[in-house]
Amino acid sequence: METLLNDFSPGLFAVVTILLLALIALMVKFAWKPILNSLEERESGIENALAAAENARKEMQNLQADNEKLIKEARAERDAMMKEAREIRDKMIADAKEDAKEVTASLIEKAQASIEHEKQSALAEIKKNVAELSIGIAESVIKKELSSKKDQLELVEGLLKDVTLN
Amino acid sequence: MKIAQKSIKFILIVAVALFTSVNFAAISEKNQDDQNDGGRVNTKEEVEAYILHHIKDSHDFSLFSYTSDEGERKHVGFPLPIILWTSEGLVTFMSSEFHHNDDGHEIVEKGGFKFAKIHSKIYELDKGASEVTFDETHHATNAHKVLDFSITKSVVGVLLIGLLLLFWFSRLARQYKTQKIPTGFARVLEPLVIYVRDEIARPNIGEKHYRRFTGYLLTVFFFIWLLNLAGLTPLGFNVTGQLAVTACLAIFTLVIYSVSGTKGYWMHMIWMPGVPVLIRPVLAIIELAGALLIKPFSLLVRLFANISAGHIVVMSLIAIMFTLKQSLGIVGATGLSLVLSFFITLIEVLVAFLQAYIFTMLSALFIGMAVEDHAEHH
Repeated sequence: METLLNDFSPGLFAVVTILLLALIALMVKFAWKPILNSLEERESGIENALAAAENARKEMQNLQADNEKLIKEARAERDAMMKEAREIRDKMIADAKEDAKEVTASLIEKAQASIEHEKQSALAEIKKNVAELSIGIAESVIKKELSSKKDQLELVEGLLKDVTLN
Repeated sequence: MKIAQKSIKFILIVAVALFTSVNFAAISEKNQDDQNDGGRVNTKEEVEAYILHHIKDSHDFSLFSYTSDEGERKHVGFPLPIILWTSEGLVTFMSSEFHHNDDGHEIVEKGGFKFAKIHSKIYELDKGASEVTFDETHHATNAHKVLDFSITKSVVGVLLIGLLLLFWFSRLARQYKTQKIPTGFARVLEPLVIYVRDEIARPNIGEKHYRRFTGYLLTVFFFIWLLNLAGLTPLGFNVTGQLAVTACLAIFTLVIYSVSGTKGYWMHMIWMPGVPVLIRPVLAIIELAGALLIKPFSLLVRLFANISAGHIVVMSLIAIMFTLKQSLGIVGATGLSLVLSFFITLIEVLVAFLQAYIFTMLSALFIGMAVEDHAEHH
């Protein structure tokens, strides 16, 4: 202990105290303050950059989700439109078919009616022609046999009653 | 630009080399008439004396000494200025005037005073005395110590390491102005700074207050570490093994944690809440002794003892070369000493870091105890 105390030099203590005070002051001013500030700046910069990257990633995800939603919607819309179009087409075809059927049916009907009509009128004409012709023939025949027109007509009518056409 | 810088460096190195060689020559001429054998170290007693002399502070910066072909003892090193505050004012001269004498036989007369150097301490002789007389226990009877503000070897070490720290870290600080990530040697320094900040200051002091004390802790950490390492070089500094230096560091820590201590910290120390009133004064004495004496004392003794012990062990192992020369032969003794001192030096490199870490860590811990908010515990 005595040698330790003997070795302790108050002068060295004073000199080192002054030097150390100066060193701490200088180091704090010229080294530690700028170094620690720069380190903190850099660290907060890195933190901010990481946070920004994270945000960007989330935004990207949101965008992607939005995109997917949009695509899905568009696809659904397209499907609906396609379906509608198909339905319209089918309906149109069906309608057209129906119409065509109706038209043809009526046409056929009309044609049949007119054919019938024509047939009737043709038959009537034929009847008339045949009658006239028969009358003419009969007239000429009977002119010879019957002198009165009255007798002749009675004869023809009697004949016609017996004869049915066809 | 780079070539210019290199050539400037080269010129500086040459200039220093020339200057020192001239100086060495001057010193060695003066030492021709030394009375003793000039510090040859051969016997066990001389080894012991040499080691004890080495761990003390020194007024010369001696690098090595040798015996020339003519048989004269030459010392190679620098003289350092001696600055004394005597009973009647300031006296300065160069340490070379003592001619490497350390047992009080060389008397230097300056400004009407006579000075002698005994075991690395400078004594002022009483008026009328012409040489130092000793009693049986080898204490000077007619001389007393003076306040010695000399630029001793330790002061040179502090200055060198201080300038080195300033140079390195201000360069690191300047690099941040132009780039985010430092390059070159500064890149090695940056993680060390971050280490002290994040592993020592931040966890021990707490997130809220650590910023204020990081500057001090960083300075102390690098100061102690580099001085410890400088002590392992052949330059032979033993700065952190000087009680005055470690005491100075410990008192800095004491002052910092006492000044920045919160009201709660002092209240807990002087009038501990939550214990019977009668016990409080007893606790106050224990707590005050702990904070003001034991904490700084443990800091200063731990560093001093570890570094001094390291120096003594390394030098003792080197001294095996001389002490075991008889029994092992020159080759055996030298080999044994080489191997042992090599491994112990490796351990000392670790200790150099460890002691700097422990000193800084404990300082941070004590500061953290003083500034933490006590309110939350009750």
